[in-house]
Amino acid sequence: MALKIVKGSIDRMFDKNLQDLVRGIRNHKEDEAKYISTCIDEIKQELKQDNIAVKANAVCKLTYLQMLGYDVSWAAFNIVEVMSSSKFTYKRIGYLAASQCFHESTDVIMLTTNQIRKDLSSPNQYDTGVALTGLSCFVTPDLARDLANDIMTLMSHTKPYIRKKAVLIMYKVFLKYPESLRPAFPRLKEKLEDPDPGVQSAAVNVICELARRNPKNYLSLAPLFFKLMTSSTNNWVLIKIIKLFGALTPLEPRLCHSTSQMSFLFFLSPWLSPSSLSTSNSTSAMSLLYECVNTVILCVQKLRILIEDSDQNLKYLGLLAMSKILKTHPKSVQSHKDLILQCLDDKDESIRLRALDLLYGMVSKKNLMEIVKKLMLHVDKAEGTTYRDELLTKIIDICSQSNYQYITNFEWYISILVELTRLEGTRHGHLIASQMLDVAIRVKAIREFAVAQMATLLDNAHLLTGNTQRNGICEVLYAAAWICGEFSEHLENPMQTLEAMLRPKVATLPGHIQAVYVQNAAKLFATVLRSQEGNTDRTAAQETSQLMIDRLPLFVQSANLEVQERASCILQLVKYIQKLQQKDVEVAEEVNALFAGELNPVAPKAQKKVPVPEGLDLDAWINEPPSESESEDEKPRTMFTREETKHSRPRHTEVDEKELAKRREVRKQEQASNPFYIKSSPSSQKVYQEAPGVDHIPVVQIDLSVPLKVPGLPMSDQYVKLEEERRQKDRADKKKKEKKKRKEKGGRRGKRDSGPESEEDITPAHMVDIVTEEIPLADSEKLPVRSHRSSEALKTMAEEVEVVAPQEAKKKGGKEKKEKKKDKEKDRKVSNGLVNSPSVCYSLRLSHIHQTISDAPTCSLASPPPFRQVCDIQGNLQDGSQVVVSLIFENKCDSFLKAMEFNVLDSLNSRLQRPDGAGPHDGLTVPFQLPPGVSNEARFVFTVKSIVMPQKLKGTLAFIVKNEDSSTHEKLDFKLHFTCTSYLITTPCYSDAFAKLLESGDLKASSVKLEGVVMPFPHLLARICFHHHFSVVERIDSCASMYSRSIQGHHVCLLVKTVSITVSIDAKCDEPSLLSNVLDEIKLTFSQC
Amino acid sequence: MRFMLLFSRQGKLRLQKWYTATAERDKKKMVRELMQVVLARKPKMCSFLEWRDLKIVYKRYASLYFCCAVEEQDNELITLEVIHRFVELLDKYFGSVCELDIIFNFEKAYFILDEFLMGGEIQDTSKKSVLKAIEQADLLQEVRKLPHNMLCF
Repeated sequence: MALKIVKGSIDRMFDKNLQDLVRGIRNHKEDEAKYISTCIDEIKQELKQDNIAVKANAVCKLTYLQMLGYDVSWAAFNIVEVMSSSKFTYKRIGYLAASQCFHESTDVIMLTTNQIRKDLSSPNQYDTGVALTGLSCFVTPDLARDLANDIMTLMSHTKPYIRKKAVLIMYKVFLKYPESLRPAFPRLKEKLEDPDPGVQSAAVNVICELARRNPKNYLSLAPLFFKLMTSSTNNWVLIKIIKLFGALTPLEPRLCHSTSQMSFLFFLSPWLSPSSLSTSNSTSAMSLLYECVNTVILCVQKLRILIEDSDQNLKYLGLLAMSKILKTHPKSVQSHKDLILQCLDDKDESIRLRALDLLYGMVSKKNLMEIVKKLMLHVDKAEGTTYRDELLTKIIDICSQSNYQYITNFEWYISILVELTRLEGTRHGHLIASQMLDVAIRVKAIREFAVAQMATLLDNAHLLTGNTQRNGICEVLYAAAWICGEFSEHLENPMQTLEAMLRPKVATLPGHIQAVYVQNAAKLFATVLRSQEGNTDRTAAQETSQLMIDRLPLFVQSANLEVQERASCILQLVKYIQKLQQKDVEVAEEVNALFAGELNPVAPKAQKKVPVPEGLDLDAWINEPPSESESEDEKPRTMFTREETKHSRPRHTEVDEKELAKRREVRKQEQASNPFYIKSSPSSQKVYQEAPGVDHIPVVQIDLSVPLKVPGLPMSDQYVKLEEERRQKDRADKKKKEKKKRKEKGGRRGKRDSGPESEEDITPAHMVDIVTEEIPLADSEKLPVRSHRSSEALKTMAEEVEVVAPQEAKKKGGKEKKEKKKDKEKDRKVSNGLVNSPSVCYSLRLSHIHQTISDAPTCSLASPPPFRQVCDIQGNLQDGSQVVVSLIFENKCDSFLKAMEFNVLDSLNSRLQRPDGAGPHDGLTVPFQLPPGVSNEARFVFTVKSIVMPQKLKGTLAFIVKNEDSSTHEKLDFKLHFTCTSYLITTPCYSDAFAKLLESGDLKASSVKLEGVVMPFPHLLARICFHHHFSVVERIDSCASMYSRSIQGHHVCLLVKTVSITVSIDAKCDEPSLLSNVLDEIKLTFSQC
Repeated sequence: MRFMLLFSRQGKLRLQKWYTATAERDKKKMVRELMQVVLARKPKMCSFLEWRDLKIVYKRYASLYFCCAVEEQDNELITLEVIHRFVELLDKYFGSVCELDIIFNFEKAYFILDEFLMGGEIQDTSKKSVLKAIEQADLLQEVRKLPHNMLCF
């Protein structure tokens, strides 16, 4: 043995250590990969040796290689070996390697649990420390669950070094295993007042992070934190606390005052003057300052200091914070426009982009032109397409925001857009195009100008397209062609434009643009014809037709179907026109009629403009609201899927007539009760016909004070100048008027200052056509949301139902039952939408359904009609003594059922939970009524003391049957069967934990034999899993181990073996009577099949 | 903090520490992308970047870039401060640290980082106590190492 050690050590001398490896890699720059692969081979040899030192050295090298990007997952087991070395030197390397290489799916992590536990309780604090550090990197939910207790103990360790690590790692543990939070929290809170500042700051850190996720639960700690905040001098801690208060203030307004007070104190106190900083440097103080700014958003002035700072970082953060303030206090930020504009000149792109973001919120009618002018300058200067594209989109965003609210002169805007088309290589051609279209359609007064501009664009199309096909800017031509065609009556020289649109070069444009070209060429043709037919000379008109006939065949050959179709259609049309022309028939009127009328964009909310006919109250219910109305967002989907499945799935065609009729009836009813479903009755159509047409909608016509004709491509700057002149004139006029007024009315105070900031006196030169506007709804205009539904709860439920559905589908075969299932789902959804229903909280937490006794004799009711009851009994995971019973009531008779009262005779063991103040024998009112044929679900909570025995509870349901003429009291008796199985919860278990459990010897054994079970083994297992909530731990051939846990934490382990038709089940459990009952129930399950 | 990277001007990774479980492939991809973005920036630019859904805070010390990824709500300046503190710690430990120190003693650099940050949170704000912990752990290592070294020679 000794010889072996010596030999190992001698070998080691020839091994490479880490330094050699690093040096080697640096010396083999050319063939690094080859060198490393030989190194890995060496390492593999080293790992095979027994000497732990050699192994540790190898693992250390591997960690380095891992960082360089090589896969070392194959050595995971060796890492564990090194981790378990008793020597700190190796242990440290092992844990380092593990923290770098392990992740949640590394399977050897399971092997480390005991080793880590041993290290955590090591007398040497550095062993413990190293284990904690490592664990923080690779903690898995399993490790967290198994080690949570050990770490919790360490939180009260005598050494602050361990305490602080334990506190910090608890955060990771909470994330992986949230159940540990509750028991650990008191101790964590204690650590806030730990004598050691390190531990204290760690605790602050952890609680702040937790509070960020769920601030509500930490409100009670506010006073404690306030104390810390006033007493602490540690900036790191202070920042965290301020952050915490920032999260808490929205919940507790009183805090706001104290937080802001504190933050201002920080502002004024030493932190702003670096001289008095003793413990920390000035950047740290600045970071604290920044945190305060975030919390108290009224400090724009202070932000100016940050932005004006020469430090780029502070400048960036200042802008960032400013944009946060902008959202709430736009006015206060606007006064710093100069500063922000300055930042646009900054060398740093990040800063420029931040400044751009800010500008968006700062524009007003007054300064829009100025800001955009500045931005246009930047566009010209900008290097790099990304930044230029960003600028372009920002310009358009800024101008078009809230329906062009800030644009007073649309000619200026069109000119800006036209100027933007000169940008090379931009990706945003379509954006410019859509703006052009939008403005031209919505601002009627601008059309003439826009058309002139677009015609110029079309004429100079070659400038835009250039050589590259991928040039995104040619999208603009799409808009140009459409505008010229649609508003061709404004064209000065339509013939020229028509020629421009039919140039052969057009065929190189993308297909969708060509299509628009062709279509609009036809429109232009119509216009040209009209102007030419007035002349005495007919040849001109015929020449135009000939031009069309000559040029269109090029498009007929297009590869793009759209272009081809339009071109061939129009070509035939023109040929026909030509034929008529040759017979001297006047055709212009007819051709124009093809494109008569105006295309109006219709806003999505246009329907609101249609007046509601007299006597129609949209808010009134058409029918009595049914108790279980459907969720509206669910509705259309189910209808569509139902229709679709009818076509695609042959199964559904088998449905017999009766069933179909029934469904139809149900659907009709659903539609009738759904206010959002537009009925196909003729009356509703009439409403639309009678409603005033589009012509009746008032359109504001605007007088223009600006001359519209600017020859050639306009320079947008002209408009800036014009605008200024106009404003000056306005101001002068007003002054004149005011002077007059003052003269007339003597000393009366009529000084309305037309200062630069007042917006009212800027009259827009053009206005957006309001008709088509999509005005965002004001709060008062929003559709009333029915308040008894919590949409959030609905959503959650919808998710849950989806999870549950497949399970249920398995349970119930047959079509009819499926139908019922659907109903049941719906019912559940609705009943859970009721916010105040106590069952909601349980059902949301539970994802398992523990027992479904559909149609089982145990709980169907004694007398056949009018009722059917289906029940689920579910254990409550949160509370070991609670069981939730979900009952579905279905009314099968023709009468209305109401005033249902549910009561159960309590036993010693099980009690129905009744509201406070109710007597022990009082019944519970079922919170709904049942119209004929309707079903609904109610949930009841039972408290169960012992879960080892199954039991039956007797109960009664009293209700009133209401017919048209009479109503009678009725009573139904039923039994609820609580099986032992319903107390079990499917819990996954790993085989090693399972083995440990069996070895522990705490479990009592029992066994059962089932004869004559004819089913494949997997089916058998599935049946046990499904009906009795077990999970398979391991399966080998025809033998399997299974595990489940009761709500009170009893372990139930099964070993299932099958030999031909005999199944033997050996079972172990820490509660023998529970076990024997569960086995009996399993036996029953299999005897029924 | 999500992760911390140290890399050289040439784009060689020197240290990486991930505080959330990330698949190996994603790690590589993120590191490569991030290095490109950071190395492309000019020295006069600010230290913050918005990248994917994270905030990147980086700082260059000599030829080494220290780069941290933090979440949206985190404070950029304090992260910068964390980087600086880490550099100070390395400096104190190695005695005017240089890139080679970190290359050849990369495990030591990790130990220091682990003493300073844990699970992405600051463990101790005091330089002294971090260094003390490292020194004592080293001492422990040396004492145990000694007999072995003697055996070797």
